[in-house]
Amino acid sequence: MLSRVADSLYWMSRYLERAENTVRQLDVTMGLMLDTSGTSAETRWQRLIASLGKASRMEWNGDLDAMARTLIFDSLNPAAVTFCINGARENARQVREEISSEQWQRLNRLFHQMHSQHAQAQFRSSINDLLASVVDGIHLFKGVSDTTMIHGQGWQFIRLGRYLERSYATATLLEVYQPELFQVQEQDNSGYQYLELVGLLRCCTSFEAYCQVYTADLSSDRILEFLLLNRDFPHAIRYCVDGIRDAIESIQRSGGRRPPEELTSGIGRLHAMLGYTTIGEILAGDTGAFLHTIREQCMRIHELIYRYYVHYSIQSALAI
Amino acid sequence: MNAGPTEKLAVEVDSLFGDYPLDQAFDEMREANGDVRPHYRALAETLARLPQEELQRRKQSADLSFLTQGITFTVYGRDEGTERIFPYDLLPRLITAQEWDRIERGLTQRITALNLFLRDVYSDAKILSDRVIPRELVYSCKHYRRQMRGLQVPRNVYIAVVGSDLLRLNTGEYVVLEDNLRVPSGVSYMLTNRRVMKRTFPQLFHSYGVRPIEHYAQLLLATLRSLAPEGRPEPNIVLLTPGVFNSAYFEHTYLARQMGIDLVEGRDLVTHDNIVYMRTTDGLKRVDVIYRRVDDDFSDPLVFRADSSLGCGGLFNAYRAGNVTVTNAFGTGLADDKAVYAYVPDMIRYYLNEDPILPNVKTFLLSEEKQRKHVLANLDKLVVKAVGESGGYGMLIGPHSTAMQREEFARQIEANPRNYIAQPTLDFSRAPCLIGNHLEPRHVDLRPYILFGEKVNIVPGGLTRVALEKGSLVVNSSQGGGSKDTWVLEQ
Repeated sequence: MLSRVADSLYWMSRYLERAENTVRQLDVTMGLMLDTSGTSAETRWQRLIASLGKASRMEWNGDLDAMARTLIFDSLNPAAVTFCINGARENARQVREEISSEQWQRLNRLFHQMHSQHAQAQFRSSINDLLASVVDGIHLFKGVSDTTMIHGQGWQFIRLGRYLERSYATATLLEVYQPELFQVQEQDNSGYQYLELVGLLRCCTSFEAYCQVYTADLSSDRILEFLLLNRDFPHAIRYCVDGIRDAIESIQRSGGRRPPEELTSGIGRLHAMLGYTTIGEILAGDTGAFLHTIREQCMRIHELIYRYYVHYSIQSALAI
Repeated sequence: MNAGPTEKLAVEVDSLFGDYPLDQAFDEMREANGDVRPHYRALAETLARLPQEELQRRKQSADLSFLTQGITFTVYGRDEGTERIFPYDLLPRLITAQEWDRIERGLTQRITALNLFLRDVYSDAKILSDRVIPRELVYSCKHYRRQMRGLQVPRNVYIAVVGSDLLRLNTGEYVVLEDNLRVPSGVSYMLTNRRVMKRTFPQLFHSYGVRPIEHYAQLLLATLRSLAPEGRPEPNIVLLTPGVFNSAYFEHTYLARQMGIDLVEGRDLVTHDNIVYMRTTDGLKRVDVIYRRVDDDFSDPLVFRADSSLGCGGLFNAYRAGNVTVTNAFGTGLADDKAVYAYVPDMIRYYLNEDPILPNVKTFLLSEEKQRKHVLANLDKLVVKAVGESGGYGMLIGPHSTAMQREEFARQIEANPRNYIAQPTLDFSRAPCLIGNHLEPRHVDLRPYILFGEKVNIVPGGLTRVALEKGSLVVNSSQGGGSKDTWVLEQ
């Protein structure tokens, strides 16, 4: 597969994953703002922006409506949902011959939806409906991708983009939430703490899945354990890392070229961090540093993928 | 007395046309006295029988089909929503087997001669020593590439993919207006038009017995494969596109997908030791045949325009070394220069010793003083064209021009006579189009697509381009033209 095509598919996928993550976190944050918990809208907004990777030009200005509008519709701000969807579509447009017509049509429809008057009207009447329909559009695209595309290298690069973006985003989110998760020492019966925890889980669409594993008894330790170490839940970081490893192995199988030691060991290290550590050990150590290492490893894997599959030097390729 | 079914239908066919004008221009559907031509009768009857609402419904469903398939072309200069649907007309243009036979023989003859001309000019240049074509005309052409001198191209094929433009004069005779020998486009519209039309008029299509064109992509692939460098039995064939901002990008992706080959951009290619590679996730992969949709000028910054970022440095040297086939070859624009065009009938006589089957349009060469004087005195009646342009740019249509435009052109002609030719304003044929809810005649041309590998191959038909604006003579899609499906009949 052409390197440029792999690059486009990878970024198409990352952009969509990012859009979905932003939509979900915005939805949760705006939901939490409805309760008068004593936490100000400004604090919540700052936490949202921090967990989106400290997006620039998103400083709180007191007008929630305008802020939310920017975060959804500003096609010039890299953190905005529309920016991400534009980016995904532009990448898809450059590889039209590689993706299925169904994929293209779904993505094209989502793009046009974001730029329609209808979306603006929906924003004014019911922002929840708007956010839900964006998530729907992305889910449909993912479903169509899985069912209409050959599960070859291109599809693996789509998975790679999705899981890397998700691991990174989840690690960032946990890093931001982590200090306040363990702040509250005595039992808080006001219910606000409960809402915060549900919010965190809903940011990763994992509330129901959590309940199935641990019952509705929410605790910070368990939530952290679930989102970090669960091997069966698609939004848990460990699951995503398994996905990354699997995608790289599949790419290697179909291309017959062995990934470099650096890349396999980088993924292996991340896998071991999550596969052979208990939540007790993580909490006993420096949890923040642990989460930070995960993020750094994700970035490193991204760089190695680029260096090996996309931007390799001609000399190194001819030497093989 | 009751009118029989036949007479009744005849009345309905008449009412179909309303105040449809007929004049000296050839009408594809009707004879001068208003009768429907025999091969158009079944179409006329179908239209007469269809209720108006049904016709509109089919039109809408065809519209939708073009939309969802994303059959678009790119419009320059707007930052958002830069893709537009290519306009088309619902009624097919019909060509009888007899007419087609003549077109096919004529084009085969013409392309064979043009290819021999290119080979000759880039090797011994006998036709110039024999003074059939003036030497200075060839060497002053801006598409002449001295780099091609003495270079052996695979199978001696310079022009593997051609789209010639034909017009039909008021005598009903087909003439060649121009030969597009560089990177002709539009074939994807021919293919998608047919797909949509088959769905829109299935019974009519079936009853007519239309010759198929759907195998074009397969023929193109076979043509490209036949031109692969020797010793490469499983050639890696790619389509080189300028990228997503090119107006024909849809066509590039369409053809690549139909042929199952990679669509590459210049930045995907690298050369090393005169071998072209593409960058893949599995490392560098050797490229054997490049179907080039990038102009000569932009193909290799080391040989042609240095400021181009669309091509690949070193491509021409690899081509010269015979390690990669690039098609069409470089420098083929020489033979579709509009002044060289005037000599194509002479080429046919010179190389093939045959009379041209398809005539040229009368062309005045402005580098010749006598002809130039005549043209300058009659600018209001003639069409003046710049020799190296295409797509309807650099043109003066005398009868539709203002005195100021004529003055401007006269000045340019005096300054650089070699750069212009003039032709009579042609009253070329018209075909009925569905405009709103009735039929109106519009000017049409015909662009058949010719493939030249082991032999010349022409899929029956081609793209009929329509000047959709009333009275307009310009069919180019960049200038408000549309298209029609073209049915070549078995009988």
